Amino acid sequence: MTKTGEKLFIKGNEAISRGAIAAGLKCYFGYPITPQNDIPEYMSAALPAAGGEFVQAESEVAAANMLIGAAACGVRSMTSSSSPGISLKQEAISYLAGSELPTVIVNMNRGGPGLGDIGPSQGDYFQSVKGGGHGDYRTLVLAPGTCQEAYDLVIQAFDLAFKYRNPVMILGDAILGQMKEPVITWTPEEKDENEGHGWRIVGAKNRPGRILKSLHLSEGALAKHNLMLKNKYEDMASFTQKEEYQTEDADLIIVAYGSIGRIVKSTIKKLRNEGHKVGLFRPITLYPFPSDDLKKLAEQGKKFLTIEHNLGQMVEDVRLSIRTIADSEFFGFYPGNLPTPDDFEEPILKALGGK
Amino acid sequence: MSEQEKLVFDRADALVDVPTHYCPGCQHGVAQRLAGELLTEMGLTENTLLVTSIGCSVFLYNYLNVDSVEAPHGRAPAVATGVKRARSDKFVLSYQGDGDLASIGMAEIMHCANRGENVSIIFVNNTVYGMTGGQMAPTTLVGQKTTTSPAGRNASKEGLPIRMSEIIGQLGGTAYSARVAVNNVKNIRKAKKAMKKAFEVQQKELGFGFIEVLATCPTNWRMDALKANERIENELIPYFPLGVHKDVTAEVED
Amino acid sequence: MSRVKFLEERCKGCLLCTVACPKEIIRQSDRFNQHGYKVAEVPAEDMDKCTGCTSCALMCPDIAIRVYRTPKSKGAAKND
Repeated sequence: MTKTGEKLFIKGNEAISRGAIAAGLKCYFGYPITPQNDIPEYMSAALPAAGGEFVQAESEVAAANMLIGAAACGVRSMTSSSSPGISLKQEAISYLAGSELPTVIVNMNRGGPGLGDIGPSQGDYFQSVKGGGHGDYRTLVLAPGTCQEAYDLVIQAFDLAFKYRNPVMILGDAILGQMKEPVITWTPEEKDENEGHGWRIVGAKNRPGRILKSLHLSEGALAKHNLMLKNKYEDMASFTQKEEYQTEDADLIIVAYGSIGRIVKSTIKKLRNEGHKVGLFRPITLYPFPSDDLKKLAEQGKKFLTIEHNLGQMVEDVRLSIRTIADSEFFGFYPGNLPTPDDFEEPILKALGGK
Repeated sequence: MSEQEKLVFDRADALVDVPTHYCPGCQHGVAQRLAGELLTEMGLTENTLLVTSIGCSVFLYNYLNVDSVEAPHGRAPAVATGVKRARSDKFVLSYQGDGDLASIGMAEIMHCANRGENVSIIFVNNTVYGMTGGQMAPTTLVGQKTTTSPAGRNASKEGLPIRMSEIIGQLGGTAYSARVAVNNVKNIRKAKKAMKKAFEVQQKELGFGFIEVLATCPTNWRMDALKANERIENELIPYFPLGVHKDVTAEVED
Repeated sequence: MSRVKFLEERCKGCLLCTVACPKEIIRQSDRFNQHGYKVAEVPAEDMDKCTGCTSCALMCPDIAIRVYRTPKSKGAAKND
């Protein structure tokens, strides 16, 4: 697992595509929607060349359901879309979770609700982190902030999907997808050819047929299934990732994820130069949420300001994480506008001054 | 009893030895039996990956001794596409009812066929949503009373029943499309031959194989099994004519 | 002599076999199975008319009929 690859100047969308192929992607199912079109376009040429299968599905609904079929066979599969398309995929995501099928779903979040716009937004935080589809289930949600991190996390996403037999979501946005920056490619170790052995459908030879399903009608069966899922999600909760930047001596912690976390970091650098004790806490896993780490910061008496590119979604998880110890203020940058580091200066200074 | 006595009809190996959940006289049982017999006779059982759909057909995975995955309502052709693209070396079979295939799943079936996916789909048309209690389906006949068309299907408001095997036969990726019935011994024998063709085109990688089976739903038709079976001949076949709508193997031979 | 064997616990009493039989020897019995279905039967006295043609088994949605066939050699009526 060494970074022995090339240094490329590429978009986040291409970084994700290349990362997925490096991770051993076998089947990609897509459908056009801005701002993620670079992914199906890249895949249509590169994946068949790498020995995989590319299908432009008739809809996002169909693409997500094709994942069910490919994931059931134990191969590495992926789809990508943007917000309205992700809404259409939710039915299949619920079935994937209920049937315990590993796959990766990329959402390049755009403005909403409805058709919204094609610019960046973090309006899909709830949809990604709280389930999105029907029933009690969770998807692992990884939120890269840079193109390199996008490349790295998509590789990790496949490992996590198979480790937990669960769908994993990569939550980016139009900024990440469309931004170009240097990415150093790398290829993980060869995957086990028998990935999924023991549960994948492969043909019932010398054993009874195997059924991958989410329907449990017999008495007590669904309760048992839900308990098993709950235990799995609790196990998943141990896996959290975050970035902390200058939090040690900070009076105020800014909690922000993805592209916004990165823009806020620029604001913090500027304010640090002016002598303000402010730091960044950037969750990389949105589910499971790095609550324990936030709580530790709260126990040190720090103040919190959550900044998001939405009307206030992740702030609820921040408040839950630090409840009874501290609270978090919120600044929402409304989807439809493109933020710059300057936009966050005033709200941060205001939160600092309120001490 | 003679020593020469031979067992000439018994359950095929691909069929699990359990009672089905179907109502008395429901011809899902015949359609799935033919599929199981063919899997056995064609030596496909161990190599088959089954995609089940939503409706009474969902429990097919309990009755065929093959590996299977459950698709959401209407999405079986998309799931089957995913299975086949992941494992092109396997025999991929799906089995859908009329609400599933011809209503909620219309987009998926059309595009799966049009792409010419090398999968075989058995479509059981019994003109109602069976499992949910007999609501109007896209194939419900004009005038047919259901729980959501209590006065009978009204063509001016609800349209005409959809003839799927003709439509599927029009699509470029389809290798075989036929409509059969299982209402008498002669038709059952023909149905099995047609189903075999729909399986063979997949084996030969010629494209999409489709077979529509006209079947009874005595419970939701509010008829006994014998009356329901008569309805196939008297009402269904006149509107849904039996026959082959596309067969690329025949075109090759011509 | 050919014969059929009804798997009575699988029979749902739909009687589709009764109309499939070219010899018209299948009828509804007086017996209920444990599922509460009144099962079909061939009366013992009619079994020698069975030709083992499998029509009933083909028609049966529940694989509730096994068919045994014995090649005809004696003088019993040859059937179609």
